[in-house]
Amino acid sequence: MSFDATYKEKKLKSVGTRPLRPDGVDKVTGRARYGADFNMPGQLVARVLRSPHAHARIMRIDVSRAVALKGVKAVITAADLPDLTNGNAALYAILDNCMARTKAFYDGHAVAAVAAIDAKVAREALKLIEVEYDVLPHVVDVDAAMAPDAPLLDENLFTQGIDPAPTTPSNVGNRSEFGHGDVESGFAKADVIVERSYKTEQTHQGYIEPHACVASCNVDGTAEMWVCTQGHFVYRQTCADLLGLEVSKLRVTSSEIGGGFGGKTHVWAEPLALALSRKAGRPVKLVMSREEVFRASGPTSQTSIDVKIGATKDGKITAALATLRYSSGPYADSWAETGAMTSFACYDLENVKTVGFEVIVNRPKVAAYRAPSAPMAAFAVESAIDELAHKIGMDSVELRIKNAASEGSRSSYGPIYGPIGIGPTLEAARTHPHMSAPLGKNQGRGMACGFWFNFGGQTCTDLNISADGTVTLAVGTVDVGGSRASLSLIAAEELGISYDDVKAVIADTSTLGYNDMTDGSRGTFSSSMATISAARNAIVTMRERAALMWDIPVEDVAWEEGHAKAVGASYDNRAPLSVKDIAAEAGNTGGPIAGHSELVADGAGVSFGTHICDVEVDPETGATRVIRYTVIQDAGKAVHPAYVEGQYQGGAAQGIGWALNEEYVYGADGRLQNPGFLDYRIPVCSDLPMIDTQILEIPNPNHPYGVRGVGETSIVPPLAAVANAVSDAVGVRMVHVPVSPPRILAALNAKAKG
Amino acid sequence: MRYERPGTIEDAVAMLAQASGRSFVLAGGTDLLVRMKSDDFDADLVVDIKAIPGMDEIAETADGFAIGAAVSCAELAENSALVSAWPGVVEAANLIGSTQIQSRCTMTGNLCNASPAADSVPALVAADARVRVIGPNGTRTISAQNIPVGPGKTSLEKGDIIDAILLARPQPRSGDAYLRFIPRTEMDIAVVGVAVNLTLGADGSVQTARVALGAVAPSVILSEEAARTLIGTKLEAAALGALEAACSAASIPIDDKRGTVAFRKQVAGVLARRAARIAYERAGGK
Amino acid sequence: MTSIAVSTTINGDDVEFLCRADETLLDVLRNRLGLMGAKEGCGTGDCGACSTIMDGRVVCSCLVLGAETEGREIETIEGMANGSDLHPLQSKFIEHAALQCGVCTPGFLMAAKALLAAHPDPTEKEIRFWLAGNLCRCTGYDKIVRAVQDAAAEMRGEGT
Repeated sequence: MSFDATYKEKKLKSVGTRPLRPDGVDKVTGRARYGADFNMPGQLVARVLRSPHAHARIMRIDVSRAVALKGVKAVITAADLPDLTNGNAALYAILDNCMARTKAFYDGHAVAAVAAIDAKVAREALKLIEVEYDVLPHVVDVDAAMAPDAPLLDENLFTQGIDPAPTTPSNVGNRSEFGHGDVESGFAKADVIVERSYKTEQTHQGYIEPHACVASCNVDGTAEMWVCTQGHFVYRQTCADLLGLEVSKLRVTSSEIGGGFGGKTHVWAEPLALALSRKAGRPVKLVMSREEVFRASGPTSQTSIDVKIGATKDGKITAALATLRYSSGPYADSWAETGAMTSFACYDLENVKTVGFEVIVNRPKVAAYRAPSAPMAAFAVESAIDELAHKIGMDSVELRIKNAASEGSRSSYGPIYGPIGIGPTLEAARTHPHMSAPLGKNQGRGMACGFWFNFGGQTCTDLNISADGTVTLAVGTVDVGGSRASLSLIAAEELGISYDDVKAVIADTSTLGYNDMTDGSRGTFSSSMATISAARNAIVTMRERAALMWDIPVEDVAWEEGHAKAVGASYDNRAPLSVKDIAAEAGNTGGPIAGHSELVADGAGVSFGTHICDVEVDPETGATRVIRYTVIQDAGKAVHPAYVEGQYQGGAAQGIGWALNEEYVYGADGRLQNPGFLDYRIPVCSDLPMIDTQILEIPNPNHPYGVRGVGETSIVPPLAAVANAVSDAVGVRMVHVPVSPPRILAALNAKAKG
Repeated sequence: MRYERPGTIEDAVAMLAQASGRSFVLAGGTDLLVRMKSDDFDADLVVDIKAIPGMDEIAETADGFAIGAAVSCAELAENSALVSAWPGVVEAANLIGSTQIQSRCTMTGNLCNASPAADSVPALVAADARVRVIGPNGTRTISAQNIPVGPGKTSLEKGDIIDAILLARPQPRSGDAYLRFIPRTEMDIAVVGVAVNLTLGADGSVQTARVALGAVAPSVILSEEAARTLIGTKLEAAALGALEAACSAASIPIDDKRGTVAFRKQVAGVLARRAARIAYERAGGK
Repeated sequence: MTSIAVSTTINGDDVEFLCRADETLLDVLRNRLGLMGAKEGCGTGDCGACSTIMDGRVVCSCLVLGAETEGREIETIEGMANGSDLHPLQSKFIEHAALQCGVCTPGFLMAAKALLAAHPDPTEKEIRFWLAGNLCRCTGYDKIVRAVQDAAAEMRGEGT
């Protein structure tokens, strides 16, 4: 059935209110079941043996002593996961990352796994596995990996995207380029040029729930998996591909998810749990330790970025250039490309060029982290813009407003923008009381903008109307931050019923059609589109049923405010039929009433935000406290404003942590020094102030209610906003994130020495 | 692993003395259980001392305070006499970990864990605390400073248990203070920690001083050079400058995940200056 | 292997269990007693997701041995509501949208309960420092702090 997704302005009753979330009681009473909170009969406990070396050839693995240990039911190595990837490099990277095949590429890379009757036996079994390594030279730093004499991770990697193609291998997987105009002529027109190099360190999503799953493979080729994931359909496909299972025979149920932020979009150990279950013939539970989460799952890229921006005296940018180097772990991916696309997306530029280099290093395979790759690029660009404003002697908000992209602007990555929110967020910042509040001693203020694409994708939804007129909404996008509440609001709005009469659930892979994962800020955007479509389909059916009940032509039945209404003078005395009235008669009018929807949600509106940050820096120690923080972002339409605010605040907090203290610290031996919450310092409650939010609503023309994705953009500006604030407070330009106390003190010492 | 909960100190000492393999005393467990989580750590015997009478008590005597080895750091803060006598020691102990950790962690455990960055240890050393050690050969009292000898290493011998930390009644016109540097506001291990304990003369000048530095050497440093910079002064700018320089000079830290050599040396001086001011004011100095 | 027999009180009920010497209270709650509200976020006392109250003080149950709980009184998230009546903190967390993924929520609620028992009228600063041992990666803490403030006011009888 065709679906018109065009935005139509109308008064909304449910959307925009703040009802209690449907999963709230379960979550405050300890009843919500997360990845590790599920057990199956006869289940075994799995553990993974991991490489202690940053780079080593695996010469021999002897598992015989582990296999012989009483209570051990299966031991697997890469030999138990034959390569079924058929030349698909991305899938091969996942396979090799799950279990090292010939070389261990990073400290923490899996080399073997066991399933045993309990954790104690599994732990003992790991110690009995003998692995002989040939330790190779390693490289963990993105710049060092690009040096001509760097140790090579892959002797067969020749940089793609360069013409002519290189004849010698390197650690650079590919080069990408975006932009338009001619930057050289643009710089020639500039009165002022800022040129600087920046660096950002690798961070982790830091979800509080470690990866966990329970897998059960049966001899008949069927299998089940319970897992914390952002995309159970994607996990099903990947696991089936890697293990040679038939996709529809693998049933994956997503647990409640204890945070993901992109880190639960890739499979990590789930294929191992399935392989162990297949070998042992029993269900297997695999839960990562916190140390394993840090060593072997999802960090973001470490980056090194050069930016050059030229402008006229009156603040018009004439040219902008960025070279971006992103580490991707041991397998080339497209993180630098995304960084290159987002770099200058906030601005309307005549001459712009960005070049990205994808660099492989001996660190864990990089995973998406909330607007992946954009925060680092924004740090570099927004720092340079800040410096440019200082150099010109112009207010930094004014400079940005003067150059902001707007409807009709050609973006630096290609497309022409529709209606967008960068200008309005900047105008809101200019007039926000935060911007003019006085600052005290040792305090500084910074601001920055950010952009994220947002994503739509494949979506499938079922809306079932029960006999009592209440509604079950089955969606396939995992609820990572309150989408069951927002989707229930959408269903209530479209059907014209009460929010309390809708119950949203996340369906498993066997009970609903395929859904892309919850990423790209698509959960509420795409599933709301499918929910509206499903609801409209249900309304078509309900009109038909009402027509039958009244015995009149369906053309004479309209749907208004949750009721079927007979239209026309001859039906004057017919009371409108509510959803409840129609549902009660469903058994006599054709059976169950449901609405289904399968669609590709196109037209996710791009999203922009502007952040303002005040800090206080102790000039004697470099200690930095964020004392005030404001997030201004375009939501398109805030379906459940409390959870939109939550997304703004959460992203800001993660960005503040990245800006100030979070980083992967490697030793000279290439081993991760801080794989735990003690020394990987995410913000604690006492580190942060209240985070003020301002929701702007510039409707997305491609969504019936104007909804845009809101989940990711909020992490994009904070690195620059914080660094600009610190730079303002200490009078030194901070170019290396995190701007940790040792870096601040070193910069102050250098300044004092002149 | 075997778990024992003896009812007397004699039994506890005997269990540890007779144990073969790796044995540990368990009080708050906030370090021991973290170590047990590691695949590389195995314990054969854990002796829980919390059932031994007196271990969970703060005894106030004519000489001062005897703080039982199982007294949690949270309980220290609830003892107003102790807080008023040794505010620096209590605030140092209260900086360890979170509210949850405070409910369980003990100063004796902090001392015996022998981490170079232990928060309460510089404060105890500045306070010239003693510990009562009960071992197979009887009871002895030794300086707290002599317990940690290097990262993770103590001078205690097999079968030894510290049953109490002893703090003297403070001198008139004295005060102590502890400051540490951490990047966040809570939950971090000290990057640098400095404790200062001062006694003033009738004229308000410093008569005796003890300055202890944490996280800048394999074990706590009691710097006599730093102390000397304060003697006879009223913490004038020159004296504080000399203290700062002496503390930076006395620090022999390493570069690690928590901080750099340069940062630690510089900040040790800064914190010493600030801690000295607080101690001075607590001692009644103006 | 010799298991240890332990008699303790959990949420007001007498409970007996067997555990190995090296099992933590968190292991016992989750794996032996079916009380899965306490979560293991780190296992090393850094995240607070396993917070429970032992003899009136909030502790990380990953840093308590099961054997140590002999004769103690343990409160877990499963005992926080009074039958079908939610504790004010539980209601306020839902009302203020103080949870997103919710995995840290049981730990925050136990820690906040201990806070309000000790300090019925805490300042924002006191709330933030008391809860510093409970990590939340979703909310930025803003709505959590507001929920605790509001619950405290309600428990003091001030209404909202």
